[in-house]
Amino acid sequence: MSLDANKVTDTSHIQLFSDEPDHHDSISLRSLGFWLYMMSDAMIFAGLFAAHGVYLEAYGTSNITADQVIDPVTALLPTLVLFASVLVFGMASVALARGDKAGTVRWMLVSLAIGVFFLLDETAEFASLASEGATPQASAFLSDFWTIIWVHAAHVFFGLIWMAALTIQIAREGFTEGSVGRFINLRIFWFFQAVIWVCVYVFVYLMGVS
Amino acid sequence: MARRPTRRRTSPIDKGSNTMFMDVQGPSNALFGRLPMILDLHYDNPWLMFAAGLVVIGGVGIVGLLSYFKLWGWLWKDWLTTVDHKKIGIMYIIVGLVMLFRGFFEAAMIRTHQAMAVGPDSPGFLGAVHGYLTPFHISEIFTVHGTIMILLAVTPILVGFMNLIVPIQIGARDMAYPFLNAVGLWLTSVAAALCMVSLFVGSFSHAGWVGLTPLTQLDYSPGVGVDYWIWIIQIAAIGSTVGAVNLIATILKMRAPGMSLMRMPIFSWTTLATNIIGLTSFPLLTVALFLLTLDRYIGTHFFTADGGGNFMMYTNLFWLWGHPEVYFVVLPAFGFLSEIIPTFSEKPLFNHTSMIVATMGIAGVSWLVWLHHFFIMGAGPQVNTFFSIATMLVGIPTGVKVFNWAFTMYKGRVRLEAPMLWALAAVLMLIGGGMTGMMLAVPAINYVSHNSVFVVAHFHNMFLIIAFAIFGAVTFWWPKAFGFYLDDRLGRIFFWLFWAGSVFVFVPMYALGFLGMTRRLDYIAHPTWWPLLAMEVIGIALYVASVAAFVLQMYISIRDRKQNAVHTSDAWETSRSLEWLTPCPPPFYNFAASPIVHANDEWAWRREHGLTTLRADKYNDVHMPKNSAVPVVLAFFTMAFGFAGVWRIEWLFVASIIGITATLVFRMFQKDIDYNIPAAEVEAMENDTFSNMDIEAQESVRQTGELEDGPVRDGHAHNA
Repeated sequence: MSLDANKVTDTSHIQLFSDEPDHHDSISLRSLGFWLYMMSDAMIFAGLFAAHGVYLEAYGTSNITADQVIDPVTALLPTLVLFASVLVFGMASVALARGDKAGTVRWMLVSLAIGVFFLLDETAEFASLASEGATPQASAFLSDFWTIIWVHAAHVFFGLIWMAALTIQIAREGFTEGSVGRFINLRIFWFFQAVIWVCVYVFVYLMGVS
Repeated sequence: MARRPTRRRTSPIDKGSNTMFMDVQGPSNALFGRLPMILDLHYDNPWLMFAAGLVVIGGVGIVGLLSYFKLWGWLWKDWLTTVDHKKIGIMYIIVGLVMLFRGFFEAAMIRTHQAMAVGPDSPGFLGAVHGYLTPFHISEIFTVHGTIMILLAVTPILVGFMNLIVPIQIGARDMAYPFLNAVGLWLTSVAAALCMVSLFVGSFSHAGWVGLTPLTQLDYSPGVGVDYWIWIIQIAAIGSTVGAVNLIATILKMRAPGMSLMRMPIFSWTTLATNIIGLTSFPLLTVALFLLTLDRYIGTHFFTADGGGNFMMYTNLFWLWGHPEVYFVVLPAFGFLSEIIPTFSEKPLFNHTSMIVATMGIAGVSWLVWLHHFFIMGAGPQVNTFFSIATMLVGIPTGVKVFNWAFTMYKGRVRLEAPMLWALAAVLMLIGGGMTGMMLAVPAINYVSHNSVFVVAHFHNMFLIIAFAIFGAVTFWWPKAFGFYLDDRLGRIFFWLFWAGSVFVFVPMYALGFLGMTRRLDYIAHPTWWPLLAMEVIGIALYVASVAAFVLQMYISIRDRKQNAVHTSDAWETSRSLEWLTPCPPPFYNFAASPIVHANDEWAWRREHGLTTLRADKYNDVHMPKNSAVPVVLAFFTMAFGFAGVWRIEWLFVASIIGITATLVFRMFQKDIDYNIPAAEVEAMENDTFSNMDIEAQESVRQTGELEDGPVRDGHAHNA
């Protein structure tokens, strides 16, 4: 443990300070940070899914049970819609890899439109649930069901705002270090929320009727 | 809709029954939310007026001084809009110290009140039957004391040190995301500001800093206190998450050439471990409080007594964050000790590698022990045994650390300078707190001591490690941050008073715990406990004296800064890591050229080889981020967001979210965010810095080297 282990007798050749200008790859640095943020966001959903395990049959005095409000077949439509939006966003990144600005913007707009459709569909479905009395106030199970769905929807909502702003930026400024970095982070985010939806579909919809 | 039938409605504007929000007691309207409530509150409590007066006088005084000396421009340009990690770190520490002072004030109130409210014959003052605080008021005070001390005092101070020291210690020019760093500071400041506002606009939670459900539900806490507690913690937690992302990325990506992870100093390692804990645990607190918010605002049934709610789910989620949080705050303190002890033992840290393993071990085990906060939940012997053994496992890596520090001092040339005194006291505190922690880890003991002041004494004992380490770190790194030493004599007086205060407050508290005194009492029914409670008040008096010594130390040191200036990069002459390779204080770009790292303790290694020059052979352009007002604007909207959340002002709440989003989009389109300093200019600035230093002393800074080299003070230089 002593310093003698790397004691040097001839110090003349030792370089103390770097001669190179320091260079950091700003895009990869930003994606690392965004991955770290995604990890903490994943923990939010981990907490919500843990709660879901506890509230699976916590109906209280309500007579609304899970199989009355949950239908995996109906939920297949929004699932496919959401995946379509992710796939189309993937097409945008293929266009970006080609350096095709118009293509990127076009695919992003399509992805955005599909995302908006997803939110509208979800709003309509939950409005009908509420009209049947299956409100979040009815029981702990319904509180949890609404919360998981709408926390995910909030991610989609803010992702769509981001996508809209970024589409404008790419259309106006083209591919800059900033816009490409943001595009890559948004791609991580957009895939992430789809992965979360997979968990929602499995744990909430499929397990809800089993 | 499960509407609670008992809710009283006196609102002048009936919102109608189709609203999704919970009905609230007291007046409220669409424009001001629940704010009209404050007109009903009675501001006849002299304590409240005193505290409010103190804040107002302090605020007006600062504004007046700034205006008198025409410092607003300086404050705005040099500090408020800065993205320099060192200034951000210092501002974090200032926010933390202010909140620490407030938290201490509350501690003094709890101690003096309890010592007065003993036995049926004890007198009552200011509307209290016994003592001088009404039961509701003292509940608010112990709640705010806990919330402040953990989230708004200790956390900002530690995060401040991470900001201030870690980038220099790993040889980086700045944090990975300087702008995000400023955002984190401003979110923390908003949380602290909201906490100060709660002092006299409304009230604070009375449900304990852990927020016991269902007491925190709207039925049992109809005021705004719990809402303040929720929104303050949520905003502070976002700040911590942002900071954690930044520090992890900085440590992983920005290290100087040659600094492998295993060569990284222990404080940087503990920072990495702490922020991994923070990044993964704070979201769970966010979830727990978010679900509680939904219960309170829209009437869901997560933690309610009816509708299928589950109280223990809240407790589990809270402590799933809460216990990792304990290690979140203690690991950086261990990092401080690992920097201070080798410096003043004039030896490398004993077994650097095992220290890294122990740090990561503690971080890992921190996830497996949360249930020991509620063994009495009745989870059964298997579950309790698992968590009991997991809790005891923490003792192994912690023991490794204590032995490593002890072996570092063994046969070292130990100098009892002020930072070393603080560090040694922290190690002693760790032994005391660790032993009692092992006792509490035994479920059989825990069943009888749960919620007694024995537990309170234990975790204060643990937090004192952090307090001692923090004051050690303040003394240790002060010359690095400001370029002059703190007054040594007053520093020692401060230390001994603080030590004596700690002993006098917490030893009797342990004893009271054994006698069966429960925590959070507003009245003590056993007159025989009075002598011990009075001893605790003596301890508080010693603490008050220590605070006075600290303030005086600051004043004297700043007054005499010219005499106490540091003229070399190595203020303690035996320092070891990279932050001592920059001038005191470091220039805003930290290093004009990246240092190349050759050893674990690079600066000690260079000193050993007589390579102590700070001058690089060649200068390159330096790329720096520009100051930004965006974080301040974000803070403004976040303050509105928190305030609207507390007072249920729906339009302001929505408007503030739009404001935050719009500000972020604005930032996205901002272009002019960084600049280049040409190499020639860097060289000129370096020359200017060196002209203020004692170059001869710097280049011939004394040799410490290894033990066999003979007495250190006679060492001489041999330059390469």
